[in-house]
Amino acid sequence: MTTLQANPLAVSASGPARRPARRRAGLAGYLFVAGYTILLIAFGVFPTGYSVYLAVTNPRGQFTGIGQFTKVLQDFRFGPAFADIGVYLAMWLLLVVVLTVVVAIILRSRVSNKVSSVLRFLFYIPGALAGVASVLVWLFMLDPAVSPAAGLLRALGLDDFDQVLAPGNLPVILVLIAFWTGAGGWIVVMYGALNNIPDEILEAARIDGAGPWQVAWYIQIPMISKWIVYMAILAFAAGTQLFVEPQLLQTASLNRVSPTWSPNELAYVFAFQNGDFNGAAAISIVLLAIGLLCAGLLVTRSGLFKLDDDS
Amino acid sequence: MTSPRTVARRRSGRILAAAAALTVGAAVALSGCASTSAGSTDTSTPSAFKQAAQDDSAPITVWADSTRLPDVQKYQKEHPNVKMNIVTYDGSADGSTYLQTKVQLFDRTGSGWPDVVFASPTDVTWASVPTSPSAQAFAAPVDQLVQASTLQGFATGSLAPCQVDGHTYCLRNDIAQVVLWYNKKLMDQWGYQVPTTWQQYQALGEKVAAQHPGYVIGAVGDTNSQESYFWSSECPAQQLVAKNTLKVDLSSPDCTRMASLLDPLIADKSVSTQGFFTQGFDGSKVLMAVGPSWYGQYLFNSAFKTPSGEIAAAAPLTWDGQSTPATGDVGGGIWMISSHSKNLKAAAAVATWLTTSTENLQAAPTYPAYIAGAKAWLANPVNKDYFADDVSNVFLAAANEVWTGWSNTKFSDATPWSNAVLPALTAGKSLTSILPAWQTAIANEAKSVGYTVVTQ
Repeated sequence: MTTLQANPLAVSASGPARRPARRRAGLAGYLFVAGYTILLIAFGVFPTGYSVYLAVTNPRGQFTGIGQFTKVLQDFRFGPAFADIGVYLAMWLLLVVVLTVVVAIILRSRVSNKVSSVLRFLFYIPGALAGVASVLVWLFMLDPAVSPAAGLLRALGLDDFDQVLAPGNLPVILVLIAFWTGAGGWIVVMYGALNNIPDEILEAARIDGAGPWQVAWYIQIPMISKWIVYMAILAFAAGTQLFVEPQLLQTASLNRVSPTWSPNELAYVFAFQNGDFNGAAAISIVLLAIGLLCAGLLVTRSGLFKLDDDS
Repeated sequence: MTSPRTVARRRSGRILAAAAALTVGAAVALSGCASTSAGSTDTSTPSAFKQAAQDDSAPITVWADSTRLPDVQKYQKEHPNVKMNIVTYDGSADGSTYLQTKVQLFDRTGSGWPDVVFASPTDVTWASVPTSPSAQAFAAPVDQLVQASTLQGFATGSLAPCQVDGHTYCLRNDIAQVVLWYNKKLMDQWGYQVPTTWQQYQALGEKVAAQHPGYVIGAVGDTNSQESYFWSSECPAQQLVAKNTLKVDLSSPDCTRMASLLDPLIADKSVSTQGFFTQGFDGSKVLMAVGPSWYGQYLFNSAFKTPSGEIAAAAPLTWDGQSTPATGDVGGGIWMISSHSKNLKAAAAVATWLTTSTENLQAAPTYPAYIAGAKAWLANPVNKDYFADDVSNVFLAAANEVWTGWSNTKFSDATPWSNAVLPALTAGKSLTSILPAWQTAIANEAKSVGYTVVTQ
């Protein structure tokens, strides 16, 4: 996480000796970044360029302008897929931002060090599971016939798996899975960010009469706001690309979950069922545009990449 | 560390590029541009079948589902000189598009196609036409590889899903004619008569709900339940009336009669909204089931573990006053041969053996489509020992009664049924009230793959 070094707190924590940074071009530097750059071009930049090309052409390679975009926009599955992902993202972002920050602050300030490190480890464990494995775990958890929490499900009026997988429940289920696998890692990161706040500042706040909630609201959260923005950007990017989870739910539910629940699934269906790689590319470009727009807004509004000596 | 200036520069570069792309796009959109589709897959006739360079000793790859895997392995055992790679996959069951996905990819990479593949009839609709202008249709016309006399040996109409534009693109593996399954032991014990009409079926359901609550006479929650009920009812849910014109009319009396027949039974729980194949379905509570010929071995024997000698089959139900009986068809596999095969001779030989040889078919897992094979299958006591009665006459008659008005389409009928109807049924809505939503779902699917949808 080299970007974090941009934060003045991290720099001040690293030591008093501060030499003016000097840039020296050398072969070693280029060699170090070469591997990553080549892979990025091969598997990131080139495919993006190729899909832009596909999105504005037809299978014969003729130029179609925005034709592919209007075509996918008019598809009957386009609106529902983006509505699904919108509801999911709203719930997921709110939950991940609020809960991870709250939990990290509590772990940092209100829990003994030993308990805190044990809890952080426990929170992190589910994140070590791949997406597929975690969906399988949840398939068991959510099936009243086999779930250890069957009593709870039945109390909610969900007597069989089909009722659990009702269309209205899907965003909640997917948020549960995403939170369970993803939040632990972010709690650890937020905890690390909180650690960077010098004790003197917190001490000063306390002497001035700030209670724990005031310290959290006026000192801790503003000082880690860049990390929170960073988390929001990555969580948003990961959220818009939701694919494996709904796809597995669709298979496990024997088709009851729509095969085009998320935009990425819709792109997949376009490419591999309808054989329409151009339409699929158009959907991907729409997703990319939304992702870039939101990331751009967050970055510029929060000054995420602003350096200290810039002002 | 990136300097803020380069970030800014890069950002403005990106914005410029985006703006440029938008301008170009708008300009092109205004000036009128090429059609978004290649326009070849729907309109032109399949491109001529060009064989790859043939090599009689080239290995062939066979894809089969786990049910037909032993048959392929048997062929390999008996023909050790044929080099075969045998691959198991989902067999395109339950609306799976694995095969289609893979072939799309192979068409783009130019290699990797299996030589012989087990699939569902739906697959013929895309495999018989090229997936892109540069590709060749995946399925080879078997009428150019297999003798005409062999093709004539299949049950009437069973090759219909294979036939596109005068060519036959597959060999039918099995027929899945819908019959009425019942637990003879329970029916006798409770003194119930086996119904012969749908009206009697409904009356019996109401009786069962009152006298033996918890027992069911059917289920509508499987991905293929619509084929058991609405196909049997001759409901025009997806009827090709012309090339690329699909009639979808769920407001037809032939559809509403089935919905209103089932609604009270669903309400009193004598027809389950769960699927028979749902995890944990209690098979001991199944008194009757409207379903395909393979229910006997695969549902009652394997899945439900109902003891031998209890299950029997009766003729498909009819409506009061109906002159000709009609029934549905739930699946029934096919075999296709790849037009890209380097060893068409060996590929055709294995496909022919699998679908027509008496030696294979007499012990086939499901009811063979090849007439001589079906007779041998019915003569084999192993296929009938499990049942309480002889199912031969019921199966033979029903095989000829499959209604031909439920067309083989480019989309799977499982998708609209499972996505639009089943969740609503689970939520407690009546079938009758869901018909309009189902209609829309089928029409949407049909339009998205290029059909013109009509209701007349």
